[in-house]
Amino acid sequence: MQPFEYQRPQNAQEAVNGVDAAHAKFLAGGTNLIDLMKQQVELPTRLIDIKRLELAKIEEMPGGGLRLGALATNADTAGHTLVRQRYPMLAQAILAGASPQLRNMATNGGNLLQRTRCYYFYDPAYEHCNKRKPGSGCAAIEGFNRIHAILGTSTACIATHPSDMCVALAALGARVRVQGKGGERVIEFADFHRLPGRTPEIDTNLRADELILSIDLPAGPYAAHSAYVKVRDRASYAFALVSAAAALELDNGTIRSARLALGGVAHKPWRSDRAEAMLAGKPASQQSYVVAANAALEGAKPFEHNAFKVEMAKATIVRAFSLAAAGGDKA
Amino acid sequence: MTAIGDPITRVDGHAKVTGKAKYAAEFAVPHLTYAVMVTSTIGSGRILSMGTSDAQHAPGVLTVMTPANAPKLPQGGKAAVHPPAGRVLSLLQDNLVHYNNQPIAVVVAETLNQALYASSLVTVRYQRENPHLNFEGGFATAHPGSHGKDPADKSIGNLEQGMAEGEVKVDQVYTTPLENHNPMEPHVTIAEWEGEKLTLHDATQYISGVKQTVAKSFGIPDENVRVLCPYTGGGFGCKGSTWSHVLLAAMAAKVVQRPVKLVLERPQMFGPVGGRPRTHQHVVLAAKRDGTLTAMQHDVHSHTSEIEDFTEPSSSVTRTLYACPAIKTSQRLVPLSLATPTFQRAPGESTGTFALEIAMDELAYKLNMDPIQLRLKNYAEKDPIENKPFSSKHLRECYEQGAARFGWAKRNPAPRSMKRGHDLIGWGMATATYPANRSSASVNVQFEPNGRVTVTCGSQDLGTGTYTIMAQVAAATLKLPIELVNAELGDSAMPKSPVSGGSQTAASVTPAVQAAAKQAQLALFALAAADKDSLFHEVAPQDLDFENGKVVRKGKSGGEDFKELLARNGNKPIGATASAEPEQDSEQYSKHSFGAVFAEVSVDESLGMPHVQRVVGVYDVGTLLNEKTGKSQLIGGIVWGVSLALHEEAHIDNASGRIVNNNLAEYHVPVNADIGEIEVFALNFPDTKFNPLGARGIGEIGITGAGAAIANAIYHATGKRIRSAPITPDMLLT
Ligand SMILES: Cc1cc2nc3c(=O)[nH]c(=O)nc-3n(C[C@H](O)[C@H](O)[C@H](O)COP(=O)(O)OP(=O)(O)OC[C@H]3O[C@@H](n4cnc5c(N)ncnc54)[C@H](O)[C@@H]3O)c2cc1C
Repeated sequence: MQPFEYQRPQNAQEAVNGVDAAHAKFLAGGTNLIDLMKQQVELPTRLIDIKRLELAKIEEMPGGGLRLGALATNADTAGHTLVRQRYPMLAQAILAGASPQLRNMATNGGNLLQRTRCYYFYDPAYEHCNKRKPGSGCAAIEGFNRIHAILGTSTACIATHPSDMCVALAALGARVRVQGKGGERVIEFADFHRLPGRTPEIDTNLRADELILSIDLPAGPYAAHSAYVKVRDRASYAFALVSAAAALELDNGTIRSARLALGGVAHKPWRSDRAEAMLAGKPASQQSYVVAANAALEGAKPFEHNAFKVEMAKATIVRAFSLAAAGGDKA
Repeated sequence: MTAIGDPITRVDGHAKVTGKAKYAAEFAVPHLTYAVMVTSTIGSGRILSMGTSDAQHAPGVLTVMTPANAPKLPQGGKAAVHPPAGRVLSLLQDNLVHYNNQPIAVVVAETLNQALYASSLVTVRYQRENPHLNFEGGFATAHPGSHGKDPADKSIGNLEQGMAEGEVKVDQVYTTPLENHNPMEPHVTIAEWEGEKLTLHDATQYISGVKQTVAKSFGIPDENVRVLCPYTGGGFGCKGSTWSHVLLAAMAAKVVQRPVKLVLERPQMFGPVGGRPRTHQHVVLAAKRDGTLTAMQHDVHSHTSEIEDFTEPSSSVTRTLYACPAIKTSQRLVPLSLATPTFQRAPGESTGTFALEIAMDELAYKLNMDPIQLRLKNYAEKDPIENKPFSSKHLRECYEQGAARFGWAKRNPAPRSMKRGHDLIGWGMATATYPANRSSASVNVQFEPNGRVTVTCGSQDLGTGTYTIMAQVAAATLKLPIELVNAELGDSAMPKSPVSGGSQTAASVTPAVQAAAKQAQLALFALAAADKDSLFHEVAPQDLDFENGKVVRKGKSGGEDFKELLARNGNKPIGATASAEPEQDSEQYSKHSFGAVFAEVSVDESLGMPHVQRVVGVYDVGTLLNEKTGKSQLIGGIVWGVSLALHEEAHIDNASGRIVNNNLAEYHVPVNADIGEIEVFALNFPDTKFNPLGARGIGEIGITGAGAAIANAIYHATGKRIRSAPITPDMLLT
C-alpha cells in the first residue's frame, strides 16, 4: 500500500474542503477502497474518513418517500422496517449482495461508487486497462470475459457495474443528493453512473470533490408487486452473472406501469425504458414479460465467453416480473 | 476409559478457538523482519533487468534480493530430493520466467507494510516469449507421465476384441479445470539462522521433507535444520512440497542476518505453490446388453509446467474399480507455460471418478439399467489389472446401505421426472474410491512423573485430528482416559513420520503409537520388576497388565500407580520409541477404500442455477478411529466434491498465462448456502491385513465420486449431460 495521509473531518463541508489538489478519496466502509489500495489500483495520497459524519439516518420524506443516509450501512438499510415495507425489492437486492460481514461494513454511498470487478482492472499486473490506465487498451475484450457487459459497451471498455443495490435503485428512480465545494445538488439515478464510451476511467458523473449525502427514494406504487432476482455461480457471496429488478403497478390484471433494471450486463445499472414502455397497458402475463425481455435485450452484443448472458437475462426478467406479479416473493 | 472409534472431540479444539494454538506465522521471533515476494507478470521469457533502487531506498527496506544479487546455491538450487518434498523451484538462480506469478525477487523490510510498499516499486524489464497455453494443441506431442510407482500406461487383455464384443458403447470426453488449493492459512515461513543452524517455522504437511530439502539445497547437514509446525491451517496437498518461498525466506534471512517472515499474499497462492492440473479424459466403455463390461479405455491428458512433470493420475480409478477383461489406460502430459501442478485432495481419483462414474451413468441409461445394478454386474472381486485380492472390500454393502438410506428405490430413472416449484429435481449416484497408503513411522510414548502420558511423533495435524487420534490410540492401548494423555507433534526433532498426504497419516502413525505404548508399558513393568519396593518385584512382564494408570497382576485387582513407581525410581520419565512398518505381506493385496455417494440436486429450470439439496455417502474405510473427526473428513471431502462439480475453476488469461480470478472473491468454492444436508456413514469393517488397527485413511475419499454423483443427478433432473466441470448456470439454461 502506498503511504497516505489520513483525515477525519467533523462535518460534510470540512470533508469536501479536504479534497484539494492532492489525490484524495473519501473512506466509508472501506470494503472496496481498501481492497483496491492493497491491490495498488487506487493510489490515494489522502484518505478522508467520513464514517463518523452524521449521514447514517434513514428518514421519511414529505410525500411518502424515504431518504437513505449515505453512511447508513447496507445491513441497516436492508433491515429497516420502512425500506422493507415500501421498497421490498431494495431490501432483497441488498441482501442478495456480498456477505453479512461485508454488508455490516458497507455503506450506501460506497455501494454506489464501488468499482468494477473486471479482472483486468483489479490486477495491475495486466498492462491493458483503459479504466485503470487511460489509453492503455482493454485486455478483457480479447481476454476472459465471462463476467463482462453485453449492453452499452465501447471499444475502450466492457466492464460491468457490480452492485445489486444499485439495480433496485435504478428501477425505483432514486435521486442522489450530493454536496460539493459550491453547495448541494441532486443527480437523477439514471444520470449518476456512466457508460464507458471513450473515457471508461470515469465511472460516474459525481465530481471528485463531491460527497454523497443521501439517496432519496420517491414514493411509488410498486411496493406490492416487485422482485429482485439474481443469477450467480454460487448461492451467496458471488457477484451477479445477471440480475433483474422488476416492479409492476397492476390494475385488475392489467399493467398500468412497470419498472425494469438489469445488473451484470452493463457499465451501469441498466434501466430499460423500452421494456417498461412496452409493458404499460398490457396484461400481466408471461407473454407480456417475454416481449419485454426481448425488448430489453435488443442490441445486446456479447463477447467470446458471455454469450449466455443474453438468454439468461431474458429468463431472469421473465422470472422477476412473474414473481413481482405474484406478490414479490424472493427468488 | 477411551476406546478406538469413540467420537472424541478434538483435543486441540479449545486451543484453536481461543487462539492459543500458534500457527507458523504467529511465532514471535525477536528481531523479526518481513519479506514479500515479487512475482512475474509475464508468462514466459527472461528478465533483462530489474529496477530496484526506489525499493531499496524506501523506508525500512533491508534488502531487495533479485537474480542479480541472490546468494548462489550449490547445484543452482536443485536439491536432489524426490517429490513430494523436493520440487523444481524458482530461487533467483537465473533470469528465466517459466510462468506468470513466478517468484522473481524478495523485498525484506522492518515491517510488513514497508515491505509491501517497497515491493510495488520494483520494476522489471522482460524479454517476452509467447506463453504456451494451448492444452489441446499439445496432445499430439504429449509425453508419458508416470506417478509414484504407477506407470503411464497400464493395460490388460485385448482391447480391440473387447470393444468388438460390446453391444453398447459410451465414447466421450470429460474435462476438469485447473484448480488451486487455497487453504485458509496461506503458505508461511519464518527462517532464523544461528551460525550454520537454521530453524524454520513453516506451514507444512511434511516437516521432515522440508528439513531434508532445505538442508540439501543449502548443502548443509540435515541435522542443522529444524522445522517446527505444531498446527497447519489446512493443506490439501499444496503444503506437501517444499516450495520456493521456504528457501527464499532462508536465503533472505542469511542476507539480512536476521530472522525473516515470508507470508504468501493470497494472489500468490495461485501458481507458486501448485494446483490441480487441467484434465482431458477420453473414456470408452463397451458392454454386452446385460451390462457386462467387455472393454474399458481411459486416456488422460493433463497439463504440467515447462520445468517439471507432474501427473494427475485420473486413470487410476479405471485400473481398479470394475472387473473387465480388457482395460487400457494411459497418462500423457502437456507442458504449458503455467506453474507446476501438484497433489490436490485425491489427485487422480477426484478427477478420474468424475469421468469414469459419469460414463458409467451414461452406459446405464443406454442399457436401460439401474446404475447400481450396472456396477454390481461388474463388481471387481479382485484387482482387475494387478490380479491381486483386495485386503478388504465391502463396496457392495456401501451400495446397499447408501441406496436404502437415500431412498433410491423410489427413483423414476426418466430424466425430468421430478419437479418442485421452479426446480427440476434429480437423483444421481457414483462410486467413491481411494487407495490405502501407509509408510514407516516412529513414535515415542512416555510415562511422566506427574502421572500423565506423552505421545510424540514428528507428524503434522492439518486440522484433520492427528493430535486427537494419537492421544486416543495411546489411551486405548494403555487403557487410560484420554484426559491423561498429551499428544505432541510438529517438530522435526521428534521421531520421524511421513508426509501427511495420500491419506496416510492415521494409518501410518497409529500403529506406531500402539507399538510404542506397548513397549513403554514393558519398560514400566521392567522397572517394577527391578524395584524391590514394588508390589511386583521380580514378577515376569507377561504376568503383568496396565489399567487405569496402575500396574496390576493379570486378572487381579489392586495394583500400583505408575506415578508412585516413577517417584521411587528417581522421578524420571520412562518410555520407549517404536516404529511401525507397512505389513510385510501387504504387497500381496490391492488396498483401497470404497464408498457409494448419492446426491439430490435441484436445478432452476429457467435460470439454470443448480443446488445440491442432499448427499448421502456410505464408506468402507476400515476401522473408523474416531467417529467425529473421521466423519468430519468425509463431510469435508463431499463439500469439496460439490466445489469440483459446481464451482471451482482457475481461469487463465490467454495472452499472459496469468490466472484472472486470483482471489477468494472470484475463485469460487462453496459457501454455507451452497451446502444442503450431508449424511455420511462408515461401515467400520477392520482391514487388519493393511494395518493392525484395521484403519485405512479417510482424508481424501470424500471428494471422490461426489462430483460425478452431482453431475449424474443434474442429468436426471434436466436431461442435460454435462461432461465438463464445473457445471455452472450458463450450461443449464434452457
Ligand atoms: C468479496 C466481496 C463481495 C462482494 N459482493 C457483492 C455483491 O454480490 N453485490 C454487491 O452489490 N456488492 C458486493 N460487494 C461490494 C460491496 O457492496 C461494496 O464494497 C460496498 O458497498 C462499498 O461500500 P463501502 O462503504 O465499504 O465503500 P468504500 O470502500 O469505503 O468506498 C468505495 C468508494 O466510494 C467512495 N465513497 C464512499 N462513500 C462516499 C460518499 N458518501 N460520498 C462520496 N464518495 C464516497 C469512496 O471514496 C470509494 O471510492 C462485495 C464486496 C466484496 C469485498
